Amino acid sequence: MDIFIQQLINGVTLGSVYAVVALGYTMVYGIIQLINFAHGEVVLIGAMVAFSVITALAPGGWPPLMVVAAGTMVAIPVCMAIGYGLERAAYRPLRNAPRLAPLISAIGMSIILQHLALLVWSRNFIAFPQIIRSEPYHIGGAIITNVQIAIIATSVAMMAGLALIVYRTRLGTAMRATAQNQHVAGLMGVDINRIIAVTFLIAAALAAVAGVMVGSYYGIAHYQMGSLLGLKAFSAAVLGGIGNLPGAMLGGVLLGVVEALGAGYIGDFTDNWFGSNYQDVFAFMVLIAVLVFRPTGLLGERVGERT
Amino acid sequence: MKLLEIEGLEVRYGGIRAVKGVDLAVDEGELVCLIGANGAGKSSTLRAIVGLTRAAAGSVRYKGAEIAGRPAFELVREGLVMVPEGRGIFAQLTVAENLVMGAFVRDDAAAIRKDRERIYALFPRLEERHGQTGGTLSGGEQQMLAIGRALMSRPKLLLLDEPSMGLAPLLVAKIFEIVRDIASQGVTILLVEQNAKLALEAASRGYVMESGTITLADDAKKLLADPKVREAYLGESVG
Repeated sequence: MDIFIQQLINGVTLGSVYAVVALGYTMVYGIIQLINFAHGEVVLIGAMVAFSVITALAPGGWPPLMVVAAGTMVAIPVCMAIGYGLERAAYRPLRNAPRLAPLISAIGMSIILQHLALLVWSRNFIAFPQIIRSEPYHIGGAIITNVQIAIIATSVAMMAGLALIVYRTRLGTAMRATAQNQHVAGLMGVDINRIIAVTFLIAAALAAVAGVMVGSYYGIAHYQMGSLLGLKAFSAAVLGGIGNLPGAMLGGVLLGVVEALGAGYIGDFTDNWFGSNYQDVFAFMVLIAVLVFRPTGLLGERVGERT
Repeated sequence: MKLLEIEGLEVRYGGIRAVKGVDLAVDEGELVCLIGANGAGKSSTLRAIVGLTRAAAGSVRYKGAEIAGRPAFELVREGLVMVPEGRGIFAQLTVAENLVMGAFVRDDAAAIRKDRERIYALFPRLEERHGQTGGTLSGGEQQMLAIGRALMSRPKLLLLDEPSMGLAPLLVAKIFEIVRDIASQGVTILLVEQNAKLALEAASRGYVMESGTITLADDAKKLLADPKVREAYLGESVG
């Protein structure tokens, strides 16, 4: 039973990061029906930039929380600039092209960003300086750390903020209107290009924070970390119903929990033939199951694009 | 004063000329209708005015300034607003949110609220359904919402594309009543309609369009009495 609770805690932590990244996929898909395959790499850049800033500031003797906050504050604008650049350079020129073209462009961008990270931060695993001491709290035989609490709280706060923007502001209403019908939104005086750019900016800011959270959680970063994380978050978005914001939040947390429980129990169920190193398999089993049995996802109405 | 002035407007779709050199003008305060059969190029003309379709040739002047090639969203800020064919309701936004979108270009929150009350007074049905999503409304309610939403921007020139399309006769009469009402409040209107009789009865002047060109232009009353119009568009056999 303690293993169950422990894995649940781990799963919700990881899942809330997936949810934040999945929101980026689903927002962009909702507004221009594009799966932004470079989104995972935006998370990667966020983690790497934060790593550099934190490493530089760590010996300065500042309060650890301030150092992490500074890293995040630098990562956010850098990622936003990349997100905006992606839209301007790789997607906007292809907006009226056949749908395969921007998808290929997205994959190309993902490779370019990945190798940019390789050039800047090397091909080695990079250890995040452990400046925040992990403090465990015991609940019911399981442990939750202050880092986990911080990750969950940050994710929830960001998701609440995003929901507030999308459902309670004029900008958010314009975003939803644009997602439904670009031409008519234009007839209302909405500058579609601006709304799409804003969507990319918000998605990238979320990705930056997710990158910092992943880096702090695992204490490690690598130039290829974005692709697997991105694919999992994309699976989470599809699980919830791509284009649907609450769906991405639900899908992310569910996927994190499935993965953690799967990793926790796979040994028991297979007589130790498979170990917890197979945990990545679960995300994709979920993706395949959703695509086969419920292509619209849990909360989605629109059919997800096959890629 | 001429609010809208079109000269030699052409619209092409691939090799096909849908609009072949149209001249048309609307004075400030007028209600002008553009009638014609299905496929005559009426909608293409409207779409070219607001920049939804590219004008291949010709000029479109609004308030004296050339606007051909300018995107629709910029024109809304200058009071040139179109209610598209098929109404273009945001199906997943609520009625209230659709109206919010109508006022997107405005910043005066208090006046916007007052205008919303005015729209609700004009269309009580919309107030009853303000929390419902647009997609759940009937065709007539959607048309009311589309017109109400356009009014939320405080248009100077309102382009209406087939407001009677797909509506029951009783509702069509109601919609036309509202169109006249809006016109009497000083909004200039260019109305595109297939229902020639109702359009000519509401308008002060009319243009008749046939396969991409304007074939007749006159006072609405004279067009109503014109034997050619009566035979071709009012379904009467003359003679």
